[in-house]
Amino acid sequence: MLDDFMTRAVLAGIGVALAAAPLGCFVVWRRMAYFGEAIAHAAILGVAISLMLQISVFAGALMVALLMAWIVTLLSGKNYAMDTLLGVLAHSSLAFGLVFVSFLSGIRIDLMAYLFGDILAVSQYDLAVIWLGVILVLLLMYWRWSALLISTLNEEMAYASGLNPKRDKIILTLSLAITVAVAIKVVGVLLIIAMLIIPAASARIFARTPESMAIIAAIIGCLSAFGGLEAAYIFDTPAGPTIVCIAAISFVTFNILSFIYKSIRQ
Amino acid sequence: MCGNKSSMNLIRIENLCVNYGAKAVLHGVDLNVNAGEIVTVVGPNGSGKTSLLRAIIGATSPQKGKITLKDNLKIGYVPQRLNFDSSLPMTVERFMHLSNNINKKECFTALEKAGAPDIFKSQISQISGGQFQRVLLARAILNKPDILLLDEATQGLDQPGSALFYKHIEDVRRETNCAILMISHDLHVVMSTSDRVICLNGHVCCSGTPASVASDPEYKAMFGAGTAGTLALYQHHHDHDHDHSNKEVEPNA
Repeated sequence: MLDDFMTRAVLAGIGVALAAAPLGCFVVWRRMAYFGEAIAHAAILGVAISLMLQISVFAGALMVALLMAWIVTLLSGKNYAMDTLLGVLAHSSLAFGLVFVSFLSGIRIDLMAYLFGDILAVSQYDLAVIWLGVILVLLLMYWRWSALLISTLNEEMAYASGLNPKRDKIILTLSLAITVAVAIKVVGVLLIIAMLIIPAASARIFARTPESMAIIAAIIGCLSAFGGLEAAYIFDTPAGPTIVCIAAISFVTFNILSFIYKSIRQ
Repeated sequence: MCGNKSSMNLIRIENLCVNYGAKAVLHGVDLNVNAGEIVTVVGPNGSGKTSLLRAIIGATSPQKGKITLKDNLKIGYVPQRLNFDSSLPMTVERFMHLSNNINKKECFTALEKAGAPDIFKSQISQISGGQFQRVLLARAILNKPDILLLDEATQGLDQPGSALFYKHIEDVRRETNCAILMISHDLHVVMSTSDRVICLNGHVCCSGTPASVASDPEYKAMFGAGTAGTLALYQHHHDHDHDHSNKEVEPNA
C-alpha cells in the first residue's frame, strides 16, 4: 500500500512524534510553549545561515536554536516580562530568517518546505538524522525524567535531593532544540510546537501519572502522523499541516467525549 | 536518647553573607544545627529566612562565609508548595516514589503513619491542604533523613491544623531522632515545640530557648509585645505535652 517515499515519511513522522511526546509534556507542565516557539522560529534563521554557508541545515538550525535559548536565559528576569521578551525574539528571528533567505538569490529555495515541512521529500539520509536525534532525545528524557519532574514540582526540593535543576534545565532545552531541528523537515518551524503540545494536551484527559501522559501522548502523536499522511494522500493536502489537523481534531474530539462522559456520570 | 549525638554538628554555618544583586539579604550569620534538635528560624518577610534555607541546600551560592554539612548528610525537604497545576497528572503514590527507591508497602506505611492512608490513589491536585502537607512530610522522611528542612510548611493551614502538623513533626523527631530546621512566621505555634529559636532579620538578632527569645527586647521590638501573650496561652493549652519534651531535650541547646 505504501510507496517507498511514504514509508520514509511515516517513519519520519513517527520518530518526531515519539521524541515530541515526553518533551511536549514538560513544555506543557513547565509552561514553556512560548519558549519553544522562540526556539523554533529561530531555527528558520539557522536554515538561512546554513544555506548561505552551505552547511547541513540540521546543524545550522540546531546551533541557532541553542543560541536563541541561551539569549533568552541571559535576558530573562531583566527589564521585560518573559512573554514580551519571547515575543520580540521569536518573531524578529523569524522575520530576519525570512529576509536572509531572500538574499540567497543564487539558489532556488522552497521556503514553504521549511515553514510547514516537506515530509514526503524525506531522504534516507534525512531519516537517519531524524532517528539519531529522536533516539538521543529519548535517551536524555529517560535519563533525566525523575530529576526533571522533581525540579518542575519544586526547585528547592530538587536541590535538597542532591540534584542540579540548572543542569537539567539545560538538558531539557538541548532536547527541545534537537527536536526542533529534526522536525523541520517533517512539520516545519511554524508547526513544531503544535506537535509538542497538542498530543500532550490530549493525553492529559486520560492520564493519571506523568508517565502515562507521555506514553499516551506518544500514541496520539504517532496515530496523528500516520493518519495525517494517509489523509494528505487521499485528499491531496500538504502533509505537515494535515498531521497537525488530525492531532487537533483528536484533541477536540477527546475533550468533547470526556465532557459528555463526565456529564453522564454525574 | 537525643543527647547522644548532641556534640555533632549536622550543619555548621559561619559568617554567611548572601546578596541578591546589590542588596545584602544575609550578613554575618552563624548557626549550628545538632543531631536530633528542633531549631526554628523566625523573622519578618524579607528577613532572609528563605535565602538561608536555599543556601543550605546549595540553591544559592553565598558571597562570603562557609556552610559545612556533615559527610553524607541526608536532607529531607518539605517545600511550602509545589508549582503544578491541573496539567500535570500525579497520584499521591507516584509522588511518594519520586527520587525514593522504595516499595509500595513502605510507601503505604509512611502514608498510614502520616494519617492519610486513604488518599494513596488520589490525584495530588484534589486532596486538601492538610492532607497535602502530610504527604509532603511523609515523602520527606521516607529516605530516613538526618535532618528535615521545612519551609513555612504550615502556610495555608489554620491554627489547629498547624498545631496538629507540628505535633506530628515532634513525633517524627521522637521516633527517628531526626534533626529539624524550620523557618516560619507562624510564631505562636512553633515557639513552644522548638529546642532553640533563632530570630533572623538579615542577621541573627537573638537566639535561645523559646521562653528566653520571647522575652528578648529585640524580639519584642520586631514582633510586638502582643505575641508573648499568645505564646503563653498556647503553652497553657498544651502544658502537659510540650513543657515536658522541652525539658527533656534542654541539654542540647
